[in-house]
Amino acid sequence: MTARIEMTGVSKAFPGVRALDGVDFRVEAGEVHALMGENGAGKSTLIKIMTGALRGDGGEIRLDGRPVQIGGPGDAQALGIGAVYQEVNLIPTMSVTKNLTLLRQPRRFGLIDWRAARERARERLRRLDVDIDVERPLGSYSVAVQQLVAIARALEDDTRVLVLDEPTASLDANETALLFKIVRDLKARGLAIVFITHFIDQVYAIADRISVLRNGRLVGCAPTAELPPPQMIALMLGRELERAEERTAQTPSAVRGEPILVAEGVGRRRLMQPFDLSLRAGEVVGLAGLLGSGRTEVAKLIFGAIKSDSGAMTVAGAPVGAASPGRSLHLGIAFCPEDRKAEGIVAELSVRENIVLALQTKRGVFRRLSHSEQQALADNMIEALAIATPDAEKPVGQLSGGNQQKVVLARALASEPRILILDEPTRGIDVGAHAEIVALIRRLCADGLGLVVASSELDELVAVSDRIAVLKDRRKIGEIEERAINRQTIIDTIAGPSS
Amino acid sequence: MKHAGNVEAETQPASRLRAIFTHRAIWPVIALALIFLVDGIISPGFFQIRVVEGRLFGNLIDILYRATPTALVAIGMAVVIGTKGIDLSVGAIIAIVGAVITWRIHAGDPHGLVLLIALAVALVCGLWNGFLVAVLDIQPIIATLILMTSGRGIGLMINLLYGGTNPSFTSPFLQGLSVGHIGLIPTRLVLFGAIFLALWLLVRRTAFGLLLEAVGGNPAAARIVGINARLVIYSAYLISGFCAGWAGVVLAADTHTSDPVSIGLYVELDAILAVVIGGGSLAGGRIYLGMTLLGVLVIQALTTSILTSGLPPEYNLVVKAVVVLVVLLLQSANLRAALYRMFARAKP
Ligand SMILES: Nc1ncnc2c1ncn2[C@@H]1O[C@H](COP(=O)(O)OP(=O)(O)OP(=O)(O)O)[C@@H](O)[C@H]1O
Ligand SMILES: [Mg+2]
Repeated sequence: MTARIEMTGVSKAFPGVRALDGVDFRVEAGEVHALMGENGAGKSTLIKIMTGALRGDGGEIRLDGRPVQIGGPGDAQALGIGAVYQEVNLIPTMSVTKNLTLLRQPRRFGLIDWRAARERARERLRRLDVDIDVERPLGSYSVAVQQLVAIARALEDDTRVLVLDEPTASLDANETALLFKIVRDLKARGLAIVFITHFIDQVYAIADRISVLRNGRLVGCAPTAELPPPQMIALMLGRELERAEERTAQTPSAVRGEPILVAEGVGRRRLMQPFDLSLRAGEVVGLAGLLGSGRTEVAKLIFGAIKSDSGAMTVAGAPVGAASPGRSLHLGIAFCPEDRKAEGIVAELSVRENIVLALQTKRGVFRRLSHSEQQALADNMIEALAIATPDAEKPVGQLSGGNQQKVVLARALASEPRILILDEPTRGIDVGAHAEIVALIRRLCADGLGLVVASSELDELVAVSDRIAVLKDRRKIGEIEERAINRQTIIDTIAGPSS
Repeated sequence: MKHAGNVEAETQPASRLRAIFTHRAIWPVIALALIFLVDGIISPGFFQIRVVEGRLFGNLIDILYRATPTALVAIGMAVVIGTKGIDLSVGAIIAIVGAVITWRIHAGDPHGLVLLIALAVALVCGLWNGFLVAVLDIQPIIATLILMTSGRGIGLMINLLYGGTNPSFTSPFLQGLSVGHIGLIPTRLVLFGAIFLALWLLVRRTAFGLLLEAVGGNPAAARIVGINARLVIYSAYLISGFCAGWAGVVLAADTHTSDPVSIGLYVELDAILAVVIGGGSLAGGRIYLGMTLLGVLVIQALTTSILTSGLPPEYNLVVKAVVVLVVLLLQSANLRAALYRMFARAKP
């Protein structure tokens, strides 16, 4: 049987890195094919070659048995290959209609027919069960909606292959379910779908077949049923995953003593209702809630990235006054933002420069870290977080998505914080690195670091938190203490009558 | 690095050659070499350097000498462009500084004080630009356009302060800074060297360069890190103002007159070009001071060569445009990626 799309012997070298090395990859029509691999394994590179965003160094691509040349995204689109990339590449300041019209415009007398464009945009979104005002700027919608708009844009009437690179990284459970429903519809219509994710359970929920990449080589390809998770993960990592031991109610945390951070009535009108929060040394406080419940807002208010208009904070007993990122930095509070591309990495700067940035800012302009100190710090972090890069001088923008995320985390850790605030810290990070980062954070907490984690992953929160603050509709609606922490209590608290 | 098994070090000589050909300095250097090559063929005596009346003479010295004001402006511009900004007002600052010098000399101030006043005025101009950009958050191109368009008018108004009938002056002190020489070497080159060194030390031997590149590369990320972006941007425009101010001192002392209408005309364009030829991107995030200097030399060598070659001056701008275009094309990331692919294929 001829495959819908078949790539043979695909290679790609970047300076210092062999991203792909003779990879064969085939996807049948009416199949959801999961492409798995560690951060930097070459997944995004492979699908960028398939969709014309990158040119391979060799290899062949066949579509329905016919060899095709894909020289650019235009070619791919003409052939019916649509893609949603890992980094959403829509334009937030433009309206939804304009974003959907960028590539193909309906014309009338040689001019763009905006009425038709609006109609088409609405209709394309309706196919995905999305009903929104298409005239509003895209940026005014949640990341989830933006993600759906990106999918709508990739889907033309004649699309034969749809590629989704980590589409669920910023979606919550309901939105993921919606996306999966759409994917199943498309599959039923005979599309070949390539799905990249680091959520193992999602792979088993939707994929028919799994291909695994490791260090740019294809190391396995099997139907989902024949490749259970432990084996798949072992293929991915090239080793067994040591399971981080789950916290249980029987292991009460050893956290006692005075809080190092107390927020009382901190809030901001229209953004977040005033809330109280405290954090002791060595303690992990989770922020749980649905998308838009105020997780990010709480994290940013505490850090000072958003200015509060009520309440007060103390750090180690001393009043903070007006919190700001600069002040927080000097108080020993570090923050990893949720959106690594917009607020995290400085893409042009090297891995080394990105990692030392916060520590250097803390030291001030005139106490420059010497090159060898910077080098040592960067090398330590690259080692500790297993950042895949040929050297510390590579511009961060050229790292794979998950490795960029690790660099942002490394920067926060390098600033030697007493209090660390992480907003979706493991988004896009592979299972192996995930376990290592959790272990690292546990070690730091044992040394007295106080940690606030905002996450949409309930399991992650349950696994690491000593206490969980539950948020809903931009209010804090409750706190769950250590012994009561489990998935169900969190869901019940969110669902329960908000007092 | 257990996770980086697909990562291999480049050690072979072929890759060293590749590294040279993809180094960002390669195209400006080749351009400069080509210009000199053509010069050498057309006028064999081009590279002669003689000592006349205790100072160096020759085309190469002349190129450096004439390039100084543009070079001053360009290194300041490189810093501003590094913050994702641009400073269009540098020519206007030069005009204002020239006018202020003439005015204060006519007013009878000691010439050392005149110099300080002139530089202080230039810093105030930088402060103004910084205020508009960093505090009022006006887009840099608009913010500096304000001073660009009004600055020369301000210069003319300053001329009126002392009647304006005779806007020329003599000042052995200031002229010494510009057209004098220390030993064999023109003073302006020595002073430029000192300013360049100071700026280089600030950018590369303190953390200023890193913080500035972070602010230019991703302002939102820089803010989250806790960098005082406002202060950084302020400093950049102050530096640009100071550099333009010093260029104003050099030019005004050279012509010993205040001519706000034409002094330093279009210098901002040459400066921006120099930064871009030097591989700087107007999108910000990187400062290459040395490369900018190379860019200035390409531009000035071209201008001087066209003049000495006897080509009608009408051709000057066209030839310049062509050379600049070629260098910029070669600097383009796409073209370089294509070249890199060619090399990667030729030497697998
Ligand atoms: N533009 C580029 N320039 C240089 N190197 C690159 C570039 N893009 C990717 N690479 C390198 O190629 C390798 C594979 O990257 P790729 O983005 O395909 O990984 P990935 O499997 O998608 O990882 P992740 O799960 O983190 O998204 C990485 O080592 C990365 O550093
Ligand atoms: Mg990727």
